[in-house]
Amino acid sequence: MEQKIFEGLKVVEYSNLVSAPYCTKLLADLGAEVIKVEKPGVGDEARKHGPFPNDISHPEQSGLFLSLNTNKLGITLNLDTTTGRDILKSLLKDADVFVEDNAPEHMEELGLDYDSLEKINRRLIMASITPFGQSGPYRDYKAYGINCAAAGGVSIGVGHPDREPLALPLSQGGYQAGVNAASAILIALFAREKMGEGQHIDISEVAVWAGLHVGVYVLTFIYIGVTGIRRGTHGGYFIYPNEILPCKDGYILLNCPQLAQWVRLLELMGNPEWTKNPRYRNRRAMHEEYPDEANALWIPWLKEHTYEELFQLCLEERIPLAPIYTISDLVNHPHLKERNFFVDLEHPRAGRLKYPEGPCKFSKTNWQLERPAPLLGEHNEQILCQRLGYSKEELIDLEKAGVV
Amino acid sequence: MKYALEGYRMLDFGTAWAGPQVGQVLADMGMEVIKVETRTRLDGSRMGRPIMGEDAAGGDEGKWPDMQPIFHGINRNKLGFTIDLKQPKAQDVIERLIKVTDVVLDNSAPGARARLGLDHKSLQAIKPNIISISLTGCGESGPLRDALVYAPLIIAHGGLQSIIGYPSEQTPMQVMFAYGDCNASIHGVFAVLAALWHREKTGEGQHIELAESYAVTNLLGEAIMDYVMNGRTMKPQGNRHPHMCPHNAYRCKGEDKWVTIAVKTDEEWKNFCKAIGEPDWAKEEKFADMDNRLKNQEELDKLITTWTINYSPYEVMDILQKAKVAATPVMNIEDQYTDPHYRERETYVEVEHPLVGAETLYTTPLRLSKTPGDIRRHAPSLGEDNDYVLGQLLGMSKAEITRLEEEKIIY
Repeated sequence: MEQKIFEGLKVVEYSNLVSAPYCTKLLADLGAEVIKVEKPGVGDEARKHGPFPNDISHPEQSGLFLSLNTNKLGITLNLDTTTGRDILKSLLKDADVFVEDNAPEHMEELGLDYDSLEKINRRLIMASITPFGQSGPYRDYKAYGINCAAAGGVSIGVGHPDREPLALPLSQGGYQAGVNAASAILIALFAREKMGEGQHIDISEVAVWAGLHVGVYVLTFIYIGVTGIRRGTHGGYFIYPNEILPCKDGYILLNCPQLAQWVRLLELMGNPEWTKNPRYRNRRAMHEEYPDEANALWIPWLKEHTYEELFQLCLEERIPLAPIYTISDLVNHPHLKERNFFVDLEHPRAGRLKYPEGPCKFSKTNWQLERPAPLLGEHNEQILCQRLGYSKEELIDLEKAGVV
Repeated sequence: MKYALEGYRMLDFGTAWAGPQVGQVLADMGMEVIKVETRTRLDGSRMGRPIMGEDAAGGDEGKWPDMQPIFHGINRNKLGFTIDLKQPKAQDVIERLIKVTDVVLDNSAPGARARLGLDHKSLQAIKPNIISISLTGCGESGPLRDALVYAPLIIAHGGLQSIIGYPSEQTPMQVMFAYGDCNASIHGVFAVLAALWHREKTGEGQHIELAESYAVTNLLGEAIMDYVMNGRTMKPQGNRHPHMCPHNAYRCKGEDKWVTIAVKTDEEWKNFCKAIGEPDWAKEEKFADMDNRLKNQEELDKLITTWTINYSPYEVMDILQKAKVAATPVMNIEDQYTDPHYRERETYVEVEHPLVGAETLYTTPLRLSKTPGDIRRHAPSLGEDNDYVLGQLLGMSKAEITRLEEEKIIY
């Protein structure tokens, strides 16, 4: 049996949707014990999100919830009750890591902010993930994924110049915040080895976009005055071609920063007459001033080929062209099959489904998707009775009282 | 201890963006990251229009390697070391360096990696517990291993590009930032830290293979589920959300000014209507609940625009946030640079650079309360720290170093 990096690491999660669940999933899939705390009855909001088989909403069959909560133990606690909070605190007393994505004000009201929790467990590492962070004038602002992408400076560059800017789809900001929180947790684990204490990690989804994704552009803004561009299917930087183009059965994306790459592609096309026209030899002008005109010259050639054909041709000739693969292309792709990228997992209510293995491969301690996402409250007895010492009768009373 | 990762060392053979950004995040937290380069073949990120001055053409030829803005942002806190790996005598120097290194990173093509002796097997022969990480477009093996990728191609291979666009159009839209690169490097950071943790516990190193395209696919669980459950292949949805409405970017006063508004609950909808002055259209049945709003969202979006068009994005944010409704401006870099929240959170900091003077870099978004990261140093100029690496780390004499420089091994 392969070793697990985070075997023995105790993580507690109280959150919804994407960012914190993705953070703890990264730890769970490498062996950490993750106890996911959900609201009784309703559970994580992701249980309502879907997609669902045949579009019939069911809290145990939501694709988003299932894909984000593999390997976790699930308990229900009502943190609006004192007893509920006490039970959580007794879990946190022995935990290494606590991850949450609630409004800072709310956590303070519940007495579950870091300053309070540090008192019951000095070694606790607490990661808080919010749109704007734990401080600042927008700390208590409401922001969903689309709002974070806008404020993060990433939407401005996506879409037609005269139409609404687009956020990246499917909660990408949540994943970005989650993986950075996970890295920060590991950094805090290293620090804890040396100083014997935990600390508070403050991750702002907006700051992740603004720093790691578009932060480099602050220099070109200050020195050259560039504030960013939105160009539809045309790329922003580089030189022609930097284009999304149609072909016979879909679309391709082509980037030829080196002239030699573009020349090889023109050769594949049989060096058409228009390549002799000086207007179509000025790659900077073609990129900045008339890309549509340039594209029109050879789209007919593209339309004679499927994206797979074009990709294979360009692969041989070392031309940077990529097929714009659809989800169905990827799930059925022989390359991904060979890499064992999709893992089959059986879930008691949702059945057999496919899950991406992970963001990379470790040669010695690879990701292990052993258990599907927990049913709501599935591990209440295991955690509250076996671990915390409540009797079965007491558990029933807690459930009746709406605490669990 | 001042920095959480002090005492660890990475050899960064990365080029362009994805490779080097891994080391940046770790260097911000105190890891010693040595950027290995050579003058014989300047990396693309050392070329291009310089930060100051007008010599774009010269920059394209590599005349201003120490004045590249993107290089400065991504490579701050690192040490600069130059060595020509193609020279046989360079092998001995690199071997000695690997012996005192914890992590080796590269993003070269699989064939090149083996030729340079940077494949895991070769590294392990020199240092048995070495951790190595390679970033490639589609993986180190298999039919796609030679696929050339830049950031936009990564998200094309990864499936994300196919779902970015307007529902009214067939063609996808380009992404104007390097999401494919950044996503890969951010996951690379996590993987390196995890492997280091494992080594500390067990003494065992290992190899991490990060295929940039599939680090993106890993984030598309929702779309994969819809295909597996229902046989549906997701298409671009614009700014639409299955359970929120309104949910879009709305045009504001001014040139290309937009605000995003998102409403999830009926309570938020009531607050929104009140905040915008209870217009008659807002009271209509067809907008009364979420299901109806979702059915009529195109019409609703047009009506909302008749309100937002009178205000600046910041004014809209102010009005709606007071009513506890999610709204933010679509910011460009100038907005971000001047924004009061960004400023208070110290999103940008000025760092002294010997050639540029004070330059503005972004700070790390990984905020730790007791062991924060920081920017101690500018991005290195070519070979800036050769003396430290050869003299202090490897204990070479000045004479030895001079000889290596004369032979253009250190070059």
